[in-house]
Amino acid sequence: MDGARLSTSRRDFIRYAASAGALIIAAPACSRGDREKEASTAEAAIASGPPVDVTPMIAITPDDRILLAFPNPEMGQGVDTALPMLVAEELGADFDKVETSQLPLALMPDGEGGFTWRYVPQGSGGSYSIVGHWEGLRQAGAIARDLLVRAASAQLEVPADELTVANSVVTHAASNQSLTFGALAGAAAELEPLEEAPPLKPREEFSIIGTARKMKNARAIVTGEAVYGIDAEMPGMVHAVMARCPYFDGTANSVDDAAARAVPGVIDVVKIDRPPLGEPYTVQAEGYAVIAENTWAAIKGRDALKIDWDHGPYSDETSANFRAHCEELLTREGQIVRNDGDFAAAWENAASTHEAYYWQPYVSHAPLEPQNCVAHVREDGVDIIGPMQFPSGPNRLISNVLDRDRMTINVTPTRLGGGFGRRLSSDYALEAALVSDAVKRPVKLLWTREDDMRHDFFRPAGMHHMRAAFDADGNMTAWTHRLASASKYYRRPNMPDTDLWTSELYPDDFPAYLVENYRLEYFPATSGAPRGSWRAPSHTANAFVVNSFLDEIARTRGENALKLRLRILGEPRELTYANHGGPTFNPGRLAGVLRLAAEKGGYGEAMPEGQGRGIAAHFTFGGYVAHVVDVEVNSSGDLKVLRIVGAVDVGTVVNPNGIAAQHEGGVIDGLSTALRLAINVTGGRVTTGNFDEYQIMRIAEAPHDIETHIIDNGEPPAGMGEMGLPPLAPALTNAIFDATGKRVRDLPLADQLRS
Amino acid sequence: MVSLTVNGERKEFSGDEEMPLLWYLRDFAGAKGVKFGCGIAQCGACTVHLNGEAVRSCVTPVSAVNGAEITTIEGLADGDDLHPVQQAWIEEDVSQCGYCQAGQIMAVSALLKDNPNPSDDDIDRSLTNICRCGTYYRLRKAIHTAAAKLRENA
Repeated sequence: MDGARLSTSRRDFIRYAASAGALIIAAPACSRGDREKEASTAEAAIASGPPVDVTPMIAITPDDRILLAFPNPEMGQGVDTALPMLVAEELGADFDKVETSQLPLALMPDGEGGFTWRYVPQGSGGSYSIVGHWEGLRQAGAIARDLLVRAASAQLEVPADELTVANSVVTHAASNQSLTFGALAGAAAELEPLEEAPPLKPREEFSIIGTARKMKNARAIVTGEAVYGIDAEMPGMVHAVMARCPYFDGTANSVDDAAARAVPGVIDVVKIDRPPLGEPYTVQAEGYAVIAENTWAAIKGRDALKIDWDHGPYSDETSANFRAHCEELLTREGQIVRNDGDFAAAWENAASTHEAYYWQPYVSHAPLEPQNCVAHVREDGVDIIGPMQFPSGPNRLISNVLDRDRMTINVTPTRLGGGFGRRLSSDYALEAALVSDAVKRPVKLLWTREDDMRHDFFRPAGMHHMRAAFDADGNMTAWTHRLASASKYYRRPNMPDTDLWTSELYPDDFPAYLVENYRLEYFPATSGAPRGSWRAPSHTANAFVVNSFLDEIARTRGENALKLRLRILGEPRELTYANHGGPTFNPGRLAGVLRLAAEKGGYGEAMPEGQGRGIAAHFTFGGYVAHVVDVEVNSSGDLKVLRIVGAVDVGTVVNPNGIAAQHEGGVIDGLSTALRLAINVTGGRVTTGNFDEYQIMRIAEAPHDIETHIIDNGEPPAGMGEMGLPPLAPALTNAIFDATGKRVRDLPLADQLRS
Repeated sequence: MVSLTVNGERKEFSGDEEMPLLWYLRDFAGAKGVKFGCGIAQCGACTVHLNGEAVRSCVTPVSAVNGAEITTIEGLADGDDLHPVQQAWIEEDVSQCGYCQAGQIMAVSALLKDNPNPSDDDIDRSLTNICRCGTYYRLRKAIHTAAAKLRENA
C-alpha cells in the first residue's frame, strides 16, 4: 500500500469537502480484492457527477473535534474503538478526545451494472474487521495527517519534514511553535492530496495501536442513551409483530383474525408469503403480521390470531430421530472430501488404533436484542434502520424482492444487541419492508423471544466419527474424520449436494499435512431446521471433536496430552491453509499458545481429589488460542469451573483490552453453550422458546478466574471475535475426564455427570 | 387511569392497563433504555426500580404501578454525575454489545442499597440477569468497585 499512486480524480474523491473550515475526508476503499476495481469505478462515479451525500470517515472541526466513523456495525466486538484506533494512529490524533460513530451503508454503482463500496467494505463477520481494514483505515489517517502537516508548513513557513504530529497537534520543535488540528482543518481542506499515498508508520512508532483502550461509547450504554435497532424510530411509525408458521417449511391453511382486529390499537393484519420450496429463503416462514399503534397492542393482536397451519414436509422430525438419521448415515460410505495417502492400509498396519463418536446439537444464537427492524417503503425509495451485521444484505434483498434500485434503499445499521452470526441474515429486514409496503407507512417490526428462538438459523447439529492409527514407534500414521450433519448451507438451490460439506469440514484444519494418511468424509443429513453461521461456525464442532479425541488417544497411550499435541505439531513452519483465515497455518504458533497456556495454567501438575485440569487449542480464522480449564466435580455430580487460562496469538495486537474482553466473553459463550444449550425439535417444529428452557449462563456459574495471556509477535493481525470459543468446550470436557474419569462425547453436558 | 412518576416526572396513562410496564415505558414514556429481552422475567434486561426496588418491568402490568415511583436507567444519574455503579461500569469497561447492561446496572444499584458490601456468594444469589456476551468476569469486578465507591461516599 505504501507509495500507491493516487489518480487526480481519486484524490478529489478522498478529500471530499471543505465546509465551514472543517476538514472532511472520505476514506479510500481498501478491500483486498476489489481495490483496483473500486478505484476505477470511483473515478467513473465522479465523472458522472458529484458524489452524493458523502458521510465522511474523518471529520476535523475548527473547534478541534475529531470525529471518526467506524464502517463495520458494532455488536459488542469493539470495532467502535479498534477501527478508529487504526485511523487515529496514522492521523496522530489524541485518541482520548476522538469521538466515534457508525457509518451508514455507503454503496455506489460500479459502472458495470453492479454496485461496490463507496468508501470501504462494511460488514461484521468472520472476525474480519481488523484484517479487512488494517491497511485502508491507516492509509486514510495518513492522508489526512499529510494535509494537516502541509497546511502547518505553509502557515508556520517551515519545511514540512521538520514538523511532528502527536495528540492532535502539529509541532515545529526548532521554533517552538505548534498548531492544533482544529486550527489547521480549514487550510488543510484547501490542499490537494499528494500524488502518492503517504507512507505508513513502522510498527516501532505506533503509539495508539497496541495500547489498551476502553470502549469509546461506554457512557451512552450505561446511561441508556445508546440506540439499538429496537430503539429506532421514524415519524408516523406503527408497530408490527408476526405470527410465523412454526413448522419447518409449513404453510397457513386459513386465518381468523377477527379477535386480533378487535384488540384496541390494532390497525391491520397482513399476510407475508414465504418463497416457494427450493428457492433461496428470503423470509424464513409464512405468516401474518399484526400492525398496531403500539408494541403491546401488536403482541396482543398477534396472540389473538387463530391460524390453522399446515405442518409441512418435515412434520415427523424430532431431535432424537435426526440424531438416529445421522448415526445411520455413518454406517454407509460418504463423500470423500480429502484423501491423503492410504488410510485403509495405515489402519490395517497400525500397532494401535483409536475410535470415538461425538455429537453436537442444534443451538440458537439468541442475541439478547431479538430481531427487529424499522422500514419505510416510500414511492421513490426505502429507508431501513436496524441491527444488522452486513447492511448491504437488506439493501440487496429488498432491491430484489420489491424491485427497487439499490441506490434508493438507505440502510442505517444501529448498534446491535449481539450478533453471533444471526444478523448475517436479512430476513427480518425484508419482513419489515414487506409490512411497510403493505400498509404504506413506516413500520417497526419486533420479534418476541419465542419468535427469535424458534425461527433462527441454527448452528448445525451432527454426529462425528473419528479414527486414528499409530505405529509401533508411537507416531500417528492415520487420521480420519467422518461427519454426518445438516449443513450450514440452508436452501441454496444453486449449490450441488456435493458442495454441502464445504461449510462443515475445513480440509486444511489440523492435522492436515501433519499426518501421512488423512481422510475426511461427509454425509449430508436431511433436516427441516434452518441452519446458519453461529459464532466460529464449524470450528466449534471440530475443535471439540479433534481436541477430545486427542485427549482420549493420549489417555489410552498413557502419554501427556500436551506432549502428544506438541510432537504432532512439530516445528514452526507455514502450511497451506486455503480456508478462511489462511493463506497459511503455522503449527509452531499453535504449539506456542499451547505451551503458554500450559505454563500459566500449570498443566500437568497434580490436582486435588475431585478436581481436574484439561487443555485444548484451535486455529480459528487466522487466530491461535489455547485453553487450560480447571474444574471441580463433587460426589453428586455438581460441576464447578474454577479457572480458565487462555493464551492468544492473533498476530499484531491493536487493542489488548478488546482482545481480553472478547476472550473473556468467548470463553463464557463456549462454556454456557457446552454446559446446557440445545434446541429441541418435536413434530417438525422447534419447541424451545425462551430462556426458561434455553438456559444461558448467569453470573452464579461464571468462573471467577479468567486469564488472558497475549502473544504479540508482530505477525499480520487477525481478529478476535470468534477465536475464544472453539477450544473451550474440549478443554472443559478434558478437565471433566481428568477429575472424574468420565468422557463427555455428547454436547451439551446437561446432567450427564449425575447419571 | 393510572398515575405514576417516571424519573421524577408525573405521568398519566389511560390505555390498556394490562400493558406491561416495559412497553409503557418504551412506547409512551420515552424511556428506551429499558430493554426487551424475553418477556417472562428471565433475562432482566427490562429491570427498573419500582419505589426503589428492582423489578422486571416485562411482567409488571401498568395496573400494578398506580401511584408508584419508577426509576429507569435514564433517571439513575444525578444530572451529569453518574451513579457509582455507572462509573464502575465505565472504569471496568464491562460492556460489549451493552444491551443487557442497563438492566444489570439497575439490578446492581438496587442490590447495593440493601447490601453495601456484597460477597461473591451474595452476588451469585441475587443477580440473575443474563448477559449474552458473557461479560460476567468484569461485571463482578465492577460490582465490587461500585460497592467500594458507595461505601466511600457514605
